[in-house]
Amino acid sequence: MNDKVNLLSVNNIEVIYNHVILVLKGVSLEVPEGGIVALLGANGAGKTTTLKSISNLLNSERGEVTKGSIHYESQEIQALTPSDLVKRGVIQVMEGRHCFEHLTVEENLMTGAYTRGADRKGISEDLEMVYGYFPRLKERFKSLAGYISGGEQQMVAIGRALMARPKLMLLDEPSMGLAPQLVEEIFEIVALLNREKQVSILLAEQNASIALRYAKTGYILENGRIVMEGEAKALAENDDVKEFYLGISHGDQKSFKDVKHYRRKKRWLS
Amino acid sequence: MEFLNLVLVAPIVDMIEYPSFFIEVVFGGLMSGVMYSLVALGFVLIFKASGVFNFSQGVFALFAALTLVGLMTGTVPFTLNKSLPELPAWVAIILTFIVMIGLAIAVERIVLRPLVNQDHIIMFMSTIGLAFVLEGLGDTIWGSEVKALDVGIPTGNFLIGEIQIQIFDLWAAGIAAFLVVVLAVFFQYTRTGRALRAVADDHQAALSVGIPLKNIWIIVWSVAGLVALVAGIMWGSKSGVQFSLSLIALKALPVLILGGFTSVPGAIVGGLIIGVGEKVAEVYWGPLVDGAIENWFAYVLALVFLLFRPQGLFGDKIIERV
Repeated sequence: MNDKVNLLSVNNIEVIYNHVILVLKGVSLEVPEGGIVALLGANGAGKTTTLKSISNLLNSERGEVTKGSIHYESQEIQALTPSDLVKRGVIQVMEGRHCFEHLTVEENLMTGAYTRGADRKGISEDLEMVYGYFPRLKERFKSLAGYISGGEQQMVAIGRALMARPKLMLLDEPSMGLAPQLVEEIFEIVALLNREKQVSILLAEQNASIALRYAKTGYILENGRIVMEGEAKALAENDDVKEFYLGISHGDQKSFKDVKHYRRKKRWLS
Repeated sequence: MEFLNLVLVAPIVDMIEYPSFFIEVVFGGLMSGVMYSLVALGFVLIFKASGVFNFSQGVFALFAALTLVGLMTGTVPFTLNKSLPELPAWVAIILTFIVMIGLAIAVERIVLRPLVNQDHIIMFMSTIGLAFVLEGLGDTIWGSEVKALDVGIPTGNFLIGEIQIQIFDLWAAGIAAFLVVVLAVFFQYTRTGRALRAVADDHQAALSVGIPLKNIWIIVWSVAGLVALVAGIMWGSKSGVQFSLSLIALKALPVLILGGFTSVPGAIVGGLIIGVGEKVAEVYWGPLVDGAIENWFAYVLALVFLLFRPQGLFGDKIIERV
């Protein structure tokens, strides 16, 4: 344990879908108070499953945490429902945005405040706060969320989560399907939220280069295992990470023949 | 020529020549339309809030009416023995509503919760099962003979000009209108209403922002139970509480196709159109084919609608992104 108290610590969890498919094989990670932590990995590595086991959205997908423990604010949280977790400040922004298509932008945002009950004043203040971070949403507050652009939908999804006054936001693939410039914009806002609202962030991303730029620490997930962890800077400098996740190879261009040889050097897989 | 005249001109001429008869036909249609609307409303509520087409809504109405009669006549459940004290109508109605809430909780716990995130078709099949179970249960608990129901809605009729109007029908219309206004406000402007619509759009996302599906479903099935109770009272008072009541659910289908599966006002307008349409068709065009088109006219109308406006008159737009 480090001296700084961790907001979230996931301890060696195993997740099984449908009672047979082992997806996570012992994942441990920590999110410090006020941190931005990147969880990197390719498709199917288990990033989404990790996030869902924290927010407890696994149940509805027939997934189950069978081993290990998850502590949030030093309390075991596996038995809590997603709704309880949102009340305590853990909220997930799902991959693929998942806006409520037939609700307007503003109604979408308001659903995020569901767990806060009848705190009318606080909620309308927060609505203004969200519009402050995402001025574009203010212009479109009456449009149906199904009709706005992908970038705006991502903003709605993040803004909606913000309405719950979260302490820990689990961001799943915010860059998915967005133009590079928009991705940059979204990450800027996320970093700003982290600074100004003290929202800690666990960020699952395929886009390693941008995630490592904004995160302080990072974990790399492969086949349901954490294979590497460390400071984001150090990870970005690591040769293997460069090769496999950032697409930068040093030295000469390799032929396919060599790639196979190189793969063997991925020591962490063994 | 002769045929066209019969189909297109003669009925219209009839309507214009005897306007008061025409108005009476329309009025009768409106009133049976209100009844369809009440049933359709229950479907819309559940569909809006969970994306489930609840096939058992008609049986809900029947079950509510049976329970109500049972309580009012002091029947001991399972025995047909009328030895309990007879309850006044309003007490029985409240008790029945409580029973419907209990039913909603049971449905959530036994049927819906294990099926979260399953395909709509699976949910749909489970409600078909539910319909039969509930019908059997109603039969076992309260017996299967036709029962009269009188909760004290005024009856009788009066004349405006030459047009005869049933007081009961006016009450039915008033109650339906009241329900609709309340429900529309509830869905559009309250926190819970918004959450209900959110759940209808995306279960997972609703869960992720902390909307507890369990409570939402209990709420919506209870509200649908209330609507079923009202529909059951209306139909039961009009034509007796009998098991064919569950078949009115089928008439609600064309109403829904017309009005849109997701629209409360749509259920009402759809019901009225179907009600008036089938009465007018029966009276003016029925004789051409020896009558009895009232039973299938609604479905033909629904088919035509499916061709041109599949989401119905007021249904949610089908959002397609390109």
